[in-house]
Amino acid sequence: MKALTQIRFVWKPLVFLLCLLPVAVAAGDAFGVTGSLSANPIEDLLDRFGNWALRFILIALAVTPVRRLTDWNWLSRFRRMLGLFAFFYASLHFTVWLVLDRELRVDDILEDLTERPFITVGFVAVVLLLALAITSFTAIRRRMGRRWQKLHNMAYVIGALGVWHYWWQVKNDVTEPLIYAVILGALLLARVVWRQLSMGRRKRSPA
Amino acid sequence: MLIRKPADIRPSEITSETNYVNRRDFIRAGAIAGGSLLAPAAMSAVVPVATGATLPDVAKSAFSTSETPNSFEDISTYNNFYEFGLGKDDPYRNAQDFKPRPWTIEVEGHAEKTGVFEFDDFMKPFDLEERIYRMRCVEAWSMVIPWAGISLADVVKHFQPTSKAQYVAFETLEDREQMPGQRRRSLDWPYREGLTIAEATNPLPILAVGIYGNAIPNQNGAPIRLVVPWKYGFKGIKSIVKIRFMSTRPETSWNMAQAREYGFYANVNPEVAHPRWSQARERRIGASVFASKQNTLMFNGYGEHVAHLYKNLDLRRNF
Repeated sequence: MKALTQIRFVWKPLVFLLCLLPVAVAAGDAFGVTGSLSANPIEDLLDRFGNWALRFILIALAVTPVRRLTDWNWLSRFRRMLGLFAFFYASLHFTVWLVLDRELRVDDILEDLTERPFITVGFVAVVLLLALAITSFTAIRRRMGRRWQKLHNMAYVIGALGVWHYWWQVKNDVTEPLIYAVILGALLLARVVWRQLSMGRRKRSPA
Repeated sequence: MLIRKPADIRPSEITSETNYVNRRDFIRAGAIAGGSLLAPAAMSAVVPVATGATLPDVAKSAFSTSETPNSFEDISTYNNFYEFGLGKDDPYRNAQDFKPRPWTIEVEGHAEKTGVFEFDDFMKPFDLEERIYRMRCVEAWSMVIPWAGISLADVVKHFQPTSKAQYVAFETLEDREQMPGQRRRSLDWPYREGLTIAEATNPLPILAVGIYGNAIPNQNGAPIRLVVPWKYGFKGIKSIVKIRFMSTRPETSWNMAQAREYGFYANVNPEVAHPRWSQARERRIGASVFASKQNTLMFNGYGEHVAHLYKNLDLRRNF
């Protein structure tokens, strides 16, 4: 089998199933098959899906730096899927909040969105993720040309909003959001360093 | 041939060591109790050493709610007890090896009687009562918990605070070996809490030593913890080693950590939102995922007993 075919028909489906594992475990726990949700199941689901959304944003953002470091160019074939899983888990997180936590009460939702900055921040992140998800189709990507990359650089902004949302939500000990913040910072730094290096190389090379 | 084992002695037939050692008091107490039908269980509070052991002579209380209590599993696996970790199930997982005995409680400050008391001696003067109370966490969830404990008002009066005593302060054990959460500075250890003397002598607060009639699990604050049902749960300081009668308002842990979000009073109040979430409604633990939240009651529904304490206080500012 050709390498590309193998990625498309073997590795991609495998990674896809692996990425579904957190939601499968959550469903299993909800029905008491794999384990159980905590005594506060809604908070438990919110925490899990929120955490996975943030993890997938970081994983998707890590694809390019890791590819450059290792020359594993096949990694880029997984980037869109990983980014879409970030959107998937963010949507689940948002839906649990909207339907189970806020019980679709419009006044409650508006109060949260307008008076609780950490929720405003999280909401903005979900809206931006939606924009990236919609424009992730190859046809749209081609049509958008250079603007596509500009828009999709928003992934870093979304990551920052996600960490910020988590940071503000934590009662006191910010160790966990701090870990996400450090990873996001490192990924951003890798990007900046790479750009500096490649620009330097370009300058040195004869015109 | 059938070898017969000696007839098993049921645990209930065994005289506890404490009762055995204090058998004269026991008989006297029994005689007094028998003599006066009006006296509710005039027996000293005897708390067995083993965690989960059945507590003897727990009197019912008129302060108990008739609402259905949460399951023991919910109460003992969903806890905020940062000394054992930040996750809700961390206390359950990390507190199993905690040793609630031997235990001493130091009473100090503006009181006639002060000193360091061995746990059993501390408990002896008081009666055990069951108090089924609503518990409202500041995180907008709630439970109903069948505590067993002693009246804090009785405890305060017993130590005879002087007129200088305006506040009662409490401290949790500080022991990084036994309490792994204290290795992180998630709060400024030891955990501290406090009440005004008027709050502490109100009939509602108790020092709880049991749940569901058994000795309190470690993760719920063994061997002794405060329960103040009209305040947010974080006021209920756990594993108490120090009680101090003070003339000035004591420092309290969550107020020290985030003064903007957690006040000294921390009365349950649906009208005063936490800066990051509404306190108007609460999720009852154990209810179905699809059950709707319930409205939070002023003073957690205990207003008739405590509202008068705050007559002249702006509750919006003194949250």
